[in-house]
Amino acid sequence: MTAAAAAFTPAAGGWRALARAYADSPLALAGLALLMVIVAAALAAPWIAPQDPYDLSQLDIMDSRLPPGSASADGSLHYLLGTDGQGRDMLSAILYGLRISVAVGFSATLLALALGMSLGLVAGYAGGRLDAFVMRAVDIQMSFPAILTAMILLALFGQGTDKIVIALVASQWAYYARTTRGAALVEGRREYIEAARLLGLSTPRILFRHLLPNCLPPLIVVAALQVAAAIALEATLSFLGLGLPVTEPSLGLLIANGFQYLYSGRYWMSVFPGVALLLAIVALNLVADRLREILNPRLQSQ
Amino acid sequence: MPQHASPSRRPSLLARLLFGAAMAGALLPAWAADLRIGLSSDVTSLDPHFVNIAPNIAFSDHVFDTLVKSDASGKLVPGLAESWRALSPTTWEFKLRQGVVFSDGTPLTAEDVVFSLDRPATIKNSPGPFTSYTKQIVRKEAIDAHTVHLHTASAYGPLPLDLISIYVVSKKAAENAGTEDFNSGKALIGTGPFKFAAFRKGESIEITRNERYWGAKPEWDKVVFRILASDAPRLSALLAGDVDVIENVPAADLARLKTNPQVTLAQHTTWRTLFWQLDQFRDQSPFVTGKDGKPLDKNPLKDLRVRQAISKAINRQALVERTLEGLAEPASNINAPGIFGYNAQIPVEAYDPEGAKKLLAEAGYPDGFSLTIHGTNNRYINDDQVVQTVAQFLNRIGIRTRVDTQPVATYFGKARAHEYSFALLGWGSLATDFTLRSIVGTIDPDTGWGSWNWGKYSNPKVDELVAGALAAVEPAERERLAREAASVALGDLAVIPSHHQLATWGLRKGFAYDGRIDEFTFAHEIRSAR
Amino acid sequence: MTLFLLRRLLQTAQVLFVMSLLVFVGVYAIGNPLDMLVDPQATAADTARVAAALGLDQPLWVQYWRFLGNALQGDLGTSFLHGTPALQLIVQRLPATLELAVSALLIAVLLGIPLGLWAGLRPDSFGGRTIMAGSILGFSLPTFWVGLMLIMVFSVHLGWLPSGGRGPTREFLGLEWSLLAPDGWRHLLLPALNLALFKLALMIRLTQSGTREALLQDYVRFARAKGLPPRRVVGVHVLKNIMIPVVTVAGLEFGTLIAFSVVTESIFAWPGIGKLLLDSIGQLDRPVVVAYLLLIVFIYTLISLVADLIYAALDPRVRLAGGQAA
Repeated sequence: MTAAAAAFTPAAGGWRALARAYADSPLALAGLALLMVIVAAALAAPWIAPQDPYDLSQLDIMDSRLPPGSASADGSLHYLLGTDGQGRDMLSAILYGLRISVAVGFSATLLALALGMSLGLVAGYAGGRLDAFVMRAVDIQMSFPAILTAMILLALFGQGTDKIVIALVASQWAYYARTTRGAALVEGRREYIEAARLLGLSTPRILFRHLLPNCLPPLIVVAALQVAAAIALEATLSFLGLGLPVTEPSLGLLIANGFQYLYSGRYWMSVFPGVALLLAIVALNLVADRLREILNPRLQSQ
Repeated sequence: MPQHASPSRRPSLLARLLFGAAMAGALLPAWAADLRIGLSSDVTSLDPHFVNIAPNIAFSDHVFDTLVKSDASGKLVPGLAESWRALSPTTWEFKLRQGVVFSDGTPLTAEDVVFSLDRPATIKNSPGPFTSYTKQIVRKEAIDAHTVHLHTASAYGPLPLDLISIYVVSKKAAENAGTEDFNSGKALIGTGPFKFAAFRKGESIEITRNERYWGAKPEWDKVVFRILASDAPRLSALLAGDVDVIENVPAADLARLKTNPQVTLAQHTTWRTLFWQLDQFRDQSPFVTGKDGKPLDKNPLKDLRVRQAISKAINRQALVERTLEGLAEPASNINAPGIFGYNAQIPVEAYDPEGAKKLLAEAGYPDGFSLTIHGTNNRYINDDQVVQTVAQFLNRIGIRTRVDTQPVATYFGKARAHEYSFALLGWGSLATDFTLRSIVGTIDPDTGWGSWNWGKYSNPKVDELVAGALAAVEPAERERLAREAASVALGDLAVIPSHHQLATWGLRKGFAYDGRIDEFTFAHEIRSAR
Repeated sequence: MTLFLLRRLLQTAQVLFVMSLLVFVGVYAIGNPLDMLVDPQATAADTARVAAALGLDQPLWVQYWRFLGNALQGDLGTSFLHGTPALQLIVQRLPATLELAVSALLIAVLLGIPLGLWAGLRPDSFGGRTIMAGSILGFSLPTFWVGLMLIMVFSVHLGWLPSGGRGPTREFLGLEWSLLAPDGWRHLLLPALNLALFKLALMIRLTQSGTREALLQDYVRFARAKGLPPRRVVGVHVLKNIMIPVVTVAGLEFGTLIAFSVVTESIFAWPGIGKLLLDSIGQLDRPVVVAYLLLIVFIYTLISLVADLIYAALDPRVRLAGGQAA
């Protein structure tokens, strides 16, 4: 218990201890390095990409579907990873797409986590009507297909990254709520919570300082998975024509668009973005795994 | 053995793919007289009068006949009616073929025809009824067992064309029958080349040869249609030998399929013509702004010179070859070549970006303006790619263009509510006067004119010519008027034509098909080939 | 207990009501099906007649009110496009989806728990690391991509399994089932695997993390110290500890398997309700969409009820919520 509290209050030395613990695993360090490279590449995309793939005036349809290493028709560009169906440089598209995918995946997951976790904690701890209400809302949400949510948002508000994030949050918060509530139900009946209650600690304090840290480990596993799932779901929605604008493709949309060419041997349009997506997700999970091990109060107590 | 000449040591992905397909095919027994077809969209009901959507019509044609038929190139040919003529501008006589019997053995009579023409109006819960094709007929007369007179309220030339959509059912079997009775096969009694065998909704339909068919009997004892709506499984079903014929071969795979010895391709130019509809009624169009994002004081799309500039900016040849991978032809008309009323005198606009810039400058937009163009992403061949490519072209002449593509479910409603400034539509029709009436006719909800005129183009001259064509019962006169109407409307660039789609069928070796302009896949027109 | 069940039943009714309202308004917001279906030659009067025949001419609340009235009598409406009762359409196709979902869940649980246990018991071994790394792949690749790859490898390239469709079925209890037909399972294998992949990864990871935690719990350490055989420690103490999260997730996942089989079904041309839903949304066939979602939410609440009952059985510390609050 005390160790968990220490890890979660980055007071004097908390961060440093965390960093030291993290550095114990070389694999996790490699994952962190990879993640940092990816995030840096994504952030620096406008400066390092050979082309602005979102600017249609920079594309030339005559350069479409060129294999990796081809030069553009006017000789001004060299397409290291080939081009897509519009003549978009794949390398630039991947760098920009990474930006969108990572941003969409993280923001959707964090928002959904914050929303779902709070509702789940409160529901699990309070029980009774509130619990019933939240859980039935969860039932509704979990059976409401993301495709329908996305389509309604598209019809009402048009295309856009923000709408996709909303659709993803709407379809994922319930997951965290359910998982948190399950953990909170169990943890909430343990002795230390009873003790905290007897001590007269305020409810928010019990919830967020005592209950939350102990509910967190399964949530971190789920959340790390869900960033990947959010990115994949975004790709699926884009695949179904309900996602991002076609002129501003994310990695998922690039894979979806490129897939139709795979049968005909023009692999570069979906394989390269696929590899980029895979690397990003693997790096993310390596980091998340390590953090989970460090932050887990139960693993800490040894 | 594929690709042995290739310098690479490892066989390419495709080589392995083709080899696998060849092996899978070799393992299958030869089904001499069975035909398996992979369809790209679902047949929702077997009732031929329930809902007017292409997959249902395509199925109906196997089991039922119409009075008038259209051949593979869209020409009207005799069906159950041997001949027809206009006795007066408002009265048509149809002579029925002798000796035609339904698959249950009852002979076809004029009674069945009259019943079939009455039936669409009795189906109340259809979202897309066939009544559009029967409502011109105010009175039907069975003169004798093989003569029918149809009376229209006013002179109406396209009546025979309308009748290619009304399938003739057996009065005996279909009287009091509901949609369910058709789906179960009970009421599904027709005069067509096949008869019903089994229907597994959303999955497959089976039919067998109708030995009583009046025309040339099809080669196939049994035909199985499988619903394979997604592209990849449909193609892989063909490659793996699970089906013999597929429709709508994905554009991306054409080039490689051509080199596959196990597969032949059939192609046909289709009636589906794609064009851009431009806002020509608002002074401030919602998706047009200055380059600074501020509204313009007038709507540039209303200026003919701007429309001409846009048409010149579109490199149709590049669009067709690159974006559509050869699955289309550049268009100058609003209908495909060979369609009634097609005007061959109108040339395809040449790609001329310099001329386009000059016209823009003349119109007062030397620096262009900003525009968002709209299109579908699940309706036409590579549609979202087409929209992007046209945006590229427009950017090149200084019109800063953004793209918004959507599924049809959300798109059509908005487009029909005139919400867009510049939007893509594909249209398939067997007559130019019909198309013009719906697309560029002045909007009038009471008559149904201009029902798909998204840009609200309006020209009394065009309306007059189209009305004249529709009222002409003499085909030559009707076609002349339709051509003239098309040339006036396209001279105004009422819409900007883009391209005519080609349809592609993939067939396993040993099967042959000529394709059809109406995109339908007809088992009775598929042959075995050596 | 009875009180608990009654309360849940009432809640289920409320949920169904809210769901139907949401879907009704949602599909209405997307668009009007007649925009896609009415013939271009139709006049305003023709269109109005069609709208009236389908009840689409009424204000939304009137349409909903009519729907509620019919729904209470067991009629969830007639499909616009199929002309048959929506519920009948769905029920016809439900076995195909249930079969797919159950198979996928079985694959996920039967493979996932042993693999997760292995990885949890030997986290630093090569096998353990490989399993965990493999599980990352399982959920990072979009389902549609994996599905298409499976088809390409196993149907087109190797020619081992059919590329799609349901294949032969055999009738049992008045419904058609693939698993009972000799060739049916070959058709089922690829789609079930595709659908299971994500859940399998989730199962592995949940079991692995649960196992690792359990091994550090005092009672497990105590049991080990006492010299209980490892088989018994794992079998009794570890498994018991990880069961709650696993049961929750397995329950939830079964629901999502059904609700989200959409992508797999459309890729493998599997004639289930997911495919039906996708088509119906695309064609704005509202009665089918509403009926589908009501059915799904109903199945969902049932699953969630069962999961709660299992919790109570597995962990006596969990009280059934309804018992105390009345």
